[in-house]
Amino acid sequence: MINVIGNKKIFLGIALVLVLASLVSIFYFGFRLGVDFTGGSLWQLKVPGTDAQSLENFFESDLKLDVHGTSFDRSTETYALTLNEISDSDRQSYFEKIKTKFNGADDLDFWHVTPSVSKELRNKSITAVVLVMVVISLYIAFVFRKVSRPVSSWKYGIITLITLMHDVIIPAGMFAILGHFVGVTADTNFMVALLVVMGFSVHDTIVVFDRIRENLMKSRQINFDLDEIVNRSVNETFARSVNTSLTLLLVLLGLYFWGPAGLQYFVLTMLVGTMVGTYSSIFVASPLLVLSHKLSVSARK
Amino acid sequence: MKKIRTSLIILILLILASVAAGIFVYPKGYGLKYKPWSLGLDLVGGTSLTYNIDLTDIKQGDYEAVLSGLREVVEKRVNLYGVTEPKVAIAQKGNSYELIVDLAGVKDLKDAVSQIGETPRLDFREVIQEGENVSFIKSELTGRYISGASLTFDNLNKPIVTLEFNSDGAKIFEDLTGRNIGKPLAIFIDDQLSDAPRVNEKISGGKATISGGGDGFKIDEARSLVQRLNAGALSAPITLSNQRTVSATAAQDALKKIITAGVISMILVTLFMLFYYRLLGFFAVMALIMYTALTLAIFKSGLFGLIPSFTMTLSGIAGFILSIGMAVDANILIFERAKEEMKKGLTKAAAVEEGFKRAWLSIRDSNVSTIITATILYFFTSSFVQGFALTLGLGVLVSMFSAIYVTRTILRIFIRH
Repeated sequence: MINVIGNKKIFLGIALVLVLASLVSIFYFGFRLGVDFTGGSLWQLKVPGTDAQSLENFFESDLKLDVHGTSFDRSTETYALTLNEISDSDRQSYFEKIKTKFNGADDLDFWHVTPSVSKELRNKSITAVVLVMVVISLYIAFVFRKVSRPVSSWKYGIITLITLMHDVIIPAGMFAILGHFVGVTADTNFMVALLVVMGFSVHDTIVVFDRIRENLMKSRQINFDLDEIVNRSVNETFARSVNTSLTLLLVLLGLYFWGPAGLQYFVLTMLVGTMVGTYSSIFVASPLLVLSHKLSVSARK
Repeated sequence: MKKIRTSLIILILLILASVAAGIFVYPKGYGLKYKPWSLGLDLVGGTSLTYNIDLTDIKQGDYEAVLSGLREVVEKRVNLYGVTEPKVAIAQKGNSYELIVDLAGVKDLKDAVSQIGETPRLDFREVIQEGENVSFIKSELTGRYISGASLTFDNLNKPIVTLEFNSDGAKIFEDLTGRNIGKPLAIFIDDQLSDAPRVNEKISGGKATISGGGDGFKIDEARSLVQRLNAGALSAPITLSNQRTVSATAAQDALKKIITAGVISMILVTLFMLFYYRLLGFFAVMALIMYTALTLAIFKSGLFGLIPSFTMTLSGIAGFILSIGMAVDANILIFERAKEEMKKGLTKAAAVEEGFKRAWLSIRDSNVSTIITATILYFFTSSFVQGFALTLGLGVLVSMFSAIYVTRTILRIFIRH
């Protein structure tokens, strides 16, 4: 048996530190937004035998193009440059120049988004995020609608929401750091990954809370020990919480290491989100439940 | 005994269906011959173009006719570039409309991108001459009314383009020439003055010729104009709003990698289930394999039209692979519950039955949140996300069936009292 409740200060402390660090990096660094949110062009090129700096220099001095950001993959020698809007015919002529300067350059991927489209994508993303949060909250409220003593059902809902925030803020903080230091952009994929993490991490929390409720209903004595019951419930469901996440993690690891480079950060967001999601459903949700109960009991006294 | 026999028949049917599905979805052999996978541009390479359609000059009632005309014309025009199976679609977005052109497998677009949107706007303009000043006034007669164009030669053997109007066009042309007898009538192509022949008499019958003015057409010019006019003129101006071009090599590389990743992911999940749950895990893996074959068959067949024009994209495959990781979750919940029941003293068979019964609520609750997310993503995002949301959502839905119904059928046969 792991003493989750006894050591709740340590477990909650770790979560708190990670969340605060993530929030600081989000507010300090901000996100580097992708072209789908800002408008502009994203041009992916394979250019052998050069580096990001000299490629950027070539774009700015020879092609007279503003480069807003470059991300690259050294192993495949591919570079993704974020530029202002350029038309396709201009692109063709730029590419001719690139080919003369850098031998063996290859045109891999070109994405061009006008401001009107990016504005729409931005709005749609915000709508989707808000909707998912609202609907999942309603869903949690529905799942825990049957009141159980001594912890009222709305507390289960609120705590599930807090753990959801935890699960989303940490990968978002990681993205802010990656954006600042490596130039990774937060785009539609990033938004989708966060929403999927929300969907996933609710699972485990529901399974643990279900068990707590079941065990509470079984012990109908007046002097029961909430700490003990919650701790037992967490331990009883420990294997399934870990295993259900583990199968997902195995799949994500497969996608991360063997999948295409274009999905790398999409998968990474879900990978980190699923890991912290499993942590939160075991080490954050249940301790918070005990804590909130203690607070309300001492408030009554 | 009777229960077991029914289960056995169901299992055999399920296995047969899965084998058939497996042959159907396998990208070589019969599956390819019968119906090849419809793959997105990000997996085969090509260009996807989105144009905004400017309908400001068009009356609301004419929208439908103009839009379908536009689609038809662009389709013809794309065909001129020799693109195999282009996809041209009109999408409504709130009050505005957009035109989406997917050119799969096109390596070198050259000017196709700009020409699709820009060619050829043709219109006739009346010429008003006041002293030195010449002004042109747009008439009603535009390329919309041209039913055909052909290349002919005049008696000096110079190329001329003969235009043929449809009945509405012929009527307008008759009025127009009637009003302008003795005056020149200007013909503009793409807002450039091409020709301004003098009208000698009212012309009925709906035919007009353009000589190209000045030195006349070069034969190539005339031929390309005829080709473009025959493809038709655009009924509304369009502007490019979004372009995505993926090279064929990058796309094929991505396809190869995502399939490899999918296979490796599947193997990892299989190994884990076998290692942790042994025999029970083996049955779960059997159900997982059937799940994979059946779900892929659903995607490929488009469920006989229920999923309209399903195209597999990179993100779609990613969504499906994720659903593999979640498909065994239900089995894990059931098996863990069964373990608990066995500790309480139940026999293995009874414990497994109990596990199915008791775990159902958790399985339902935990899958619903993912289905909610997938549904919202499907309806509130762009096409990239839609493929992902569809495969993930449908995958999770089918996995509930496979993990519960299929696994239970197998277990009833192999684990007995």
